[in-house]
Amino acid sequence: MLAESDKVFRNLHGQADWQLAGAQSRGVWQNTAALLAQGREEIISKVKDSGLRGRGGAGFPTGLKWSFMPKEEGEFPHYLVINADESEPGSCKDREILRNDPHLLLEGCLIAGFAMGAHKAYIYIRGEYWLPLQRLEEAIAEARTAGLLGDNAAGSGFAFDIEVTRGAGAYICGEETALLESMEGKKGMPRLKPPFPAGVGLWGCPTTVNNVETIAVVPTILRRGSDWWSNLGRPKNTGTKIYSISGAVETPCNVEEELGIPLRDLIEQHAGGVIGGWDELQAVVPGGSSMPLLPKHICDDLLMDFDTLASHQSGLGTAAVIVMDKKTDLIEAVGRFAHFYMHESCGQCTPCREGCGWMYRIMKRFSAGQGRAEDLDLLWQVSRQVEGHTICAFGDAAAWPIQGLMRHFRPLLESRIVQAESVTKSPTGEGGAPASVEAIASASSAATPATPEAVLKD
Amino acid sequence: MKLKINDIEVEVEDGSSVFQACVAAGVEVPHFCYHDKLSVAGNCRMCLVELENAPKPIASCAFPAADGMVVRTDTPSVEAAREGVMEFLLINHPLDCPICDQGGECDLQDQSLGYGRGTSRFADNKRAMPEQYLGPLIKTFMTRCIHCTRCVRFATEIAGVEDLGLINRGEEAEITTMGRALDTEFAGCLVDVCPVGALTSAPYSFAARPWELNHAQSVDVSDGVGSNIRVDSRGRQVLRVLPRLHEEVNEDWIHDKARHAIDGLVRQRLDRPYLRTPNGKLTETNWDTALTILAERMASCEAERMAALAGNLADCDSLYALKSLFAARGCQNIDCRQEGGELGSGDLSAPVAWLFNSTIAGIEEADAVLLIGCNPRDEGALINARLRKRFLQGVQGGVLPIAQIGAEADLTYAVESLGNSPQALEQLLAGTGFAEVLAGADKPLIIVGAGSAARPDGKALWEGLRRLSEQVGAVGQSTWNGFNVLHSAASRVGGLLMGFVPTQGGNGGKGGKGTAEIIQAAEAGELDILWLLGADELGNSAPDENSRENPYEKLGKTFVVYQGHHGDLGASHADLVLPAAAWPEKEGLYVNTEGRVQTANRAIFPPGEAREDWKIIRAVSGALAKQSGGGVVLPFDTLPQLRQKLFADHPVLAELDKPQKAEWSQWHATQSELNFSQEAFTPIVPDFYRTDSISRVSETMARCSAVRQAARSGSAEQIFPQTGSPLFDLAPQEGLSPQEVEAS
Repeated sequence: MLAESDKVFRNLHGQADWQLAGAQSRGVWQNTAALLAQGREEIISKVKDSGLRGRGGAGFPTGLKWSFMPKEEGEFPHYLVINADESEPGSCKDREILRNDPHLLLEGCLIAGFAMGAHKAYIYIRGEYWLPLQRLEEAIAEARTAGLLGDNAAGSGFAFDIEVTRGAGAYICGEETALLESMEGKKGMPRLKPPFPAGVGLWGCPTTVNNVETIAVVPTILRRGSDWWSNLGRPKNTGTKIYSISGAVETPCNVEEELGIPLRDLIEQHAGGVIGGWDELQAVVPGGSSMPLLPKHICDDLLMDFDTLASHQSGLGTAAVIVMDKKTDLIEAVGRFAHFYMHESCGQCTPCREGCGWMYRIMKRFSAGQGRAEDLDLLWQVSRQVEGHTICAFGDAAAWPIQGLMRHFRPLLESRIVQAESVTKSPTGEGGAPASVEAIASASSAATPATPEAVLKD
Repeated sequence: MKLKINDIEVEVEDGSSVFQACVAAGVEVPHFCYHDKLSVAGNCRMCLVELENAPKPIASCAFPAADGMVVRTDTPSVEAAREGVMEFLLINHPLDCPICDQGGECDLQDQSLGYGRGTSRFADNKRAMPEQYLGPLIKTFMTRCIHCTRCVRFATEIAGVEDLGLINRGEEAEITTMGRALDTEFAGCLVDVCPVGALTSAPYSFAARPWELNHAQSVDVSDGVGSNIRVDSRGRQVLRVLPRLHEEVNEDWIHDKARHAIDGLVRQRLDRPYLRTPNGKLTETNWDTALTILAERMASCEAERMAALAGNLADCDSLYALKSLFAARGCQNIDCRQEGGELGSGDLSAPVAWLFNSTIAGIEEADAVLLIGCNPRDEGALINARLRKRFLQGVQGGVLPIAQIGAEADLTYAVESLGNSPQALEQLLAGTGFAEVLAGADKPLIIVGAGSAARPDGKALWEGLRRLSEQVGAVGQSTWNGFNVLHSAASRVGGLLMGFVPTQGGNGGKGGKGTAEIIQAAEAGELDILWLLGADELGNSAPDENSRENPYEKLGKTFVVYQGHHGDLGASHADLVLPAAAWPEKEGLYVNTEGRVQTANRAIFPPGEAREDWKIIRAVSGALAKQSGGGVVLPFDTLPQLRQKLFADHPVLAELDKPQKAEWSQWHATQSELNFSQEAFTPIVPDFYRTDSISRVSETMARCSAVRQAARSGSAEQIFPQTGSPLFDLAPQEGLSPQEVEAS
């Protein structure tokens, strides 16, 4: 378990004062000028050395990303954009940072902005985050008053300011280039890459888009050193991470833990365990709705970090752990994800616009017990036709949960094929679908007399 | 840069995309949203290819080519990607090809055959979308839309109207203007760029299948730009006009008058000769009678008392024939400038004074622009599109400075207005204001409307512009001549190049009479014969401009011969009507405002007894030769013979498809005093859609004109909520004379 002293987010649960005084008492905004005095190159190299990877889902090395920005400010200004459009179903970590420790983010903005030569940062906050918005704005006002932002930010001699932009409720605006489009006042549709934002970003200027959590941990890394951070977690998966644990657990929560913590420990130590005990576990979505779910036998000894999850054909994503026990209808759940992606697809490129709706409709058939035999292969192929063929990663996000379901729970889907209707009738006679593989097995035996052969024998 | 496409090594310029490299290597890459004249959207995902070391297939249209890339378009993964995209495009497509106008020339149809699956696996209900109203020229079937956004990009980038967009998201996404007609003269191009049958041509709807049509390469005559077009016809009817690619003239586009005025070709046609009887009525006659009467009159007429005026649609061949006929009679009273003015004669005879010297493509090099007495959007829509293209490119450190002297109008780019009278020119000549911008530019461009030459102070205006051009350095460089005259008539530059103008000196110096003098002479009874070669806009009198003086009313005492194809102003004031072929019904040479000579081919036959113009003139000369003192027959029996003579007399016309190179040094200063009038510039083209005898009788153009007026007053959607029924009445006898119908 992560030692309290190694935690970055010391007010994650809002137990203490979120405002400037409270933050300063936790070490935020202390000797910031000295941190900046190291110089741009040094900061970037320390972040690189720490092995920090982006916390927004893709896990791209942060220091490397910063180093893509032009070394010198040329004709156009540089911008830092903070992606606070946290909309991934299951994920709620950024909200806690924004409302309970906003100064951590603001200080990170100054350091990151300094490191990439940006005198301006924009925080693009999810429109539904009302309290976080209010607190964030108040925190910015406090920082300005205290001289932590402005022409001589935190006494460093570096001019820096932060502005907040609100989203309007579209999931796709969390994609970095769609976010930039939205900030420019256009429809939130992802841009083609290349060019990447570091070359042509906000209003055509060099821009880096980082997740809230990524930026919020940077000041602590600089204060305590790259070695401290890289000794936490596992090789190439260093540091701490906020996990959002929800679903069939006793106490759903956000918790900061080391990367690479075993999933079972995470759930049992911090979320009170799976309801009814670990054996009631059916599957876990390890990283928010877009990551393929993993069945219990993998979860038994699963380490929660980028590379381990990738080796299981899933991903850490935003580390939003959604726990599903045996009462959960996985098909219904993944079908709900499919509906979400159909609803949120921006409609710009063909595979996603047409494929998401198609996948949802097939999932709907299965969850209604109306699946057709050919739907199994069709669903797999449609998801493969969407994956990797779209402008942004949304297509992958829509396809992966379905692929995860098919990879690990194909028999469950087979049981919902319409020819097997007699089998899928639940033993209780309610017409609902059975909840798990075991339930299917029992349902099959219970339904045996209903087959024509059986009737004849009787 | 060198890269390898399917093992084919290919070299491309910097800044090329992988797609362009594939094209250069001769490798076909299927695509929908990519269009080489529009920005890259990369949204159809049909052009996915495999790039070595890339984790995923890349959209070749949007991916920059780089040295040493290895690209494959023939791997199973590329084929699977194309098949997948194709399937997605088709699941919500209605597959109603049998009732779709795009059928037979549909990208979706063709590429589905080439790259799609044989059958559909989609078992759910298809999406249906409501139709949209985009104006009178576009019929929509939005269910067929594949959301490639080509139309949105065309409207926004080329046409300069930002009313079209993609609203909603995901499956609900739809293209719409929210019910407004698009106020653009390029609506037809939206239909062209649409790769499927979502936007189809409303006037052409259900008229024909592409494989039924004959194609003729031709040139648009509705303005002076000389856009290259393809005329599609079936039997005796022109059914549609499409643009032909010409990078230096019209690129991929044509405007709606060029495309859709063709329904005017079957209305109000003169399909047999008419003679005015003593009771004042025009009555039908035959060619023998018409030719004999005309020959008798001409034989007994003094050369001084004859005159000929040519209209805006005349081709060089007929102008040359008519000029030769009058020259043989010793008559110098000929003029091709029916609106008046002195361009091409006297002080302004140097071609550099009346050509578009920078060339149309040259607009893209300009770095400051002055428009004077012209509205390029109405007088040369494609030149305006080129100006917009240049405007969007911008200049180092900002926007392209464009200023205008003349009536303010929405030109689809930002224009600084310097006032509406020649007084503004005086200020520029004083070297202040915008003159400094022009002087500071490397390649300043000045565009003046040819119609402004017909103003009372036309000559002073030209002299002022000559001085300004020299003052700001628009001319005199070896590589740049930025003085441009924008002609809005297809016949004008050809006429001027062959000297279809009164001979030197005007009538004061006992030379030939010009337009104004001819009308004066006719009014005074000093003219016996006036030959109008399609001249329907004398003194620029559009029939709906009631406020203007109608010069045709002054021709009463003269025997007016009207040779032309439509019963417009000229014919209704004529004593003898000689029915002629309209532009698609004859071969012809036309010279555009740059002096570019282009050939138009015949697409269909003229109706009834109408004949090609040069043949009519040749026949008159034959009839004349039979009269005592009638002279000799014109020395050509065929068009090639006529062209041989024409090219021998005017070698500048012999070189096809090249803009004229005119020397600035040939234009000399003439006046010391510049007496500008106080009068404001008036629009030369009051109604873009109705400028000639064909477009004035076109129902489509009337509809467009009404919608434009309504759109500009903000109420288009109420006036024409629907596009209405197809405009073609496809009765088989359309365009045939009663005799021909009986014979058939």
